[in-house]
Amino acid sequence: MTMLLLLFIFVLSVFLGLELIGKVPSQLHTPLMSGSNAISGISIVGALAATAIHGTFGTVLAVLAVAFATINVVGGYLVTDRMLAMFKTGKKD
Amino acid sequence: MTTVINLSYIVASILFIFGLQMLGRVETARRGNMISAVGMLLAIIATLLLGGLDYIWIIVGLVVGGAIGWWTAAVVKMTQMPEMVALFNGSGGLASMLVGWAEYIHQPNPGVVTSIAIFFAVLVGAVAFTGSMVAWAKLAERMTGKPIQFKGQQPVNALIVGSSLVLGVIFIITPATTYPLLLIVILLSLFLGVLAVIPIGGADMPIVISLMNSYSGVAALAAGFVIQNNVLIVAGTLVGASGLILTNIMCKAMNRSLANVLFSGFGAVTTAGTMKVEGEVKPITAEDAYYILEAASSVIFVPGYGMAVAQAQHAVKELADLLEKNGAEVRYVIHPVAGRMPGHMNVLLAEANVPYEQLVEPDDVNPTMEMVDVAVVIGANDVVNPAAREDESSPLYGMPIINVDHARTAFVLKRSMNPGFSGVDNPLFFKPNTRMLFGDAKTSISTLASEFKEAAAAA
Repeated sequence: MTMLLLLFIFVLSVFLGLELIGKVPSQLHTPLMSGSNAISGISIVGALAATAIHGTFGTVLAVLAVAFATINVVGGYLVTDRMLAMFKTGKKD
Repeated sequence: MTTVINLSYIVASILFIFGLQMLGRVETARRGNMISAVGMLLAIIATLLLGGLDYIWIIVGLVVGGAIGWWTAAVVKMTQMPEMVALFNGSGGLASMLVGWAEYIHQPNPGVVTSIAIFFAVLVGAVAFTGSMVAWAKLAERMTGKPIQFKGQQPVNALIVGSSLVLGVIFIITPATTYPLLLIVILLSLFLGVLAVIPIGGADMPIVISLMNSYSGVAALAAGFVIQNNVLIVAGTLVGASGLILTNIMCKAMNRSLANVLFSGFGAVTTAGTMKVEGEVKPITAEDAYYILEAASSVIFVPGYGMAVAQAQHAVKELADLLEKNGAEVRYVIHPVAGRMPGHMNVLLAEANVPYEQLVEPDDVNPTMEMVDVAVVIGANDVVNPAAREDESSPLYGMPIINVDHARTAFVLKRSMNPGFSGVDNPLFFKPNTRMLFGDAKTSISTLASEFKEAAAAA
């Protein structure tokens, strides 16, 4: 049953995703890409949970996953913010 | 406690959705990014409440990863943004692959659905990882940007995909006894990511990056099914969908299908246009170019990857300011695939403080191109190549371009007469109203700017 529910969530998310990003002005393509890229670091949740695994090798994999996912999350959000901070409106002062 | 954790995941998902929606508009984009970051933080904190985790090692992982991520994000130059995105993307894909793998170690006899999810998480995660790394190497010029092709490339790729799938099916049916097969699948997938991206040329990188972005989302989605976690599924799917949409936009901007990009090795195809290029190349000096610009009342800049290479964006902005002071209307026409990633030029010009209202798309200018006095092409080539319109035998044929050849005068700033990334000759250079301003783009633009300043000082 859980699997069916997850599948249901997945299907709804597909439609939501396609609807959400349908039309984005081209000047935002890079920030959108790097911002959504940061979101893909959500696998950090799985990585953190996986550290509960007992056994050396499993822990090694989990900790590596935590480190790489963190690079993705931290770097992704910061770089996106840096980019977006540069976008300015042209109302001259 | 589980209820709190699960509720937090739902809130995090909502924050991701709002964040992405706000990223789609310039006014709200920065706040959107922050909202999505808050969602991520919430999801992380909620997960830490699970209990029974290895907190010491978690801290090590978070500190090391956080330091690397923070440091690279802080020092990266805006011109290096494409390779940075590729690098972050690759680490996300790798993380999803490792999560799938670790879960199998944890629970070596998963059910069918979980086995399928593990298989997809390691497959897609590994491809996203090595594919992004190759894209990074190409963009950072650690390896040649030219397509790398060898005989039988596609049969080899097909063989790898086929055997991965076969091994995957066996693994899914009998996961408990087939751990070695999973390891082989991981190896094959890592290899596949490399093979899939090496035949793709540098000019097609915007498409590759968007596609890899999509893959890293799909990998997170698969990892979500592995650990049966809704926030991974929602977030992964959103990223997968957005990456796919961007990929589609990029493909349309090049008038090519995704399959064509992935399998043809653009530029390696040596079907050079058969149309005879007529006319002669007319060089112009910076001084003469100044006189034409001085008299112009409508000027457009068409930037390309060459502007990024020459780091000319600040010089361009300076010249544009002088032109405006001189009474000209200045716009920047940006082709969707100019540069090496989606929106590459927009980011560089934003860095130089160009207001985004002046950034326009080709369709905004093309219909009234005849009214433009001067079109200044800075390191762009394929996106202004009239062969895309006129020469049916050209590999570029059908790609929507910026019609600078219809402007009253077109200046092309170029280092030399070498053809662009695609290796296709550009008839624009031979058109009667085209003037070539040879030399480093940044130097040329700065020279023009100083001509304006001298004239102003003399007056």
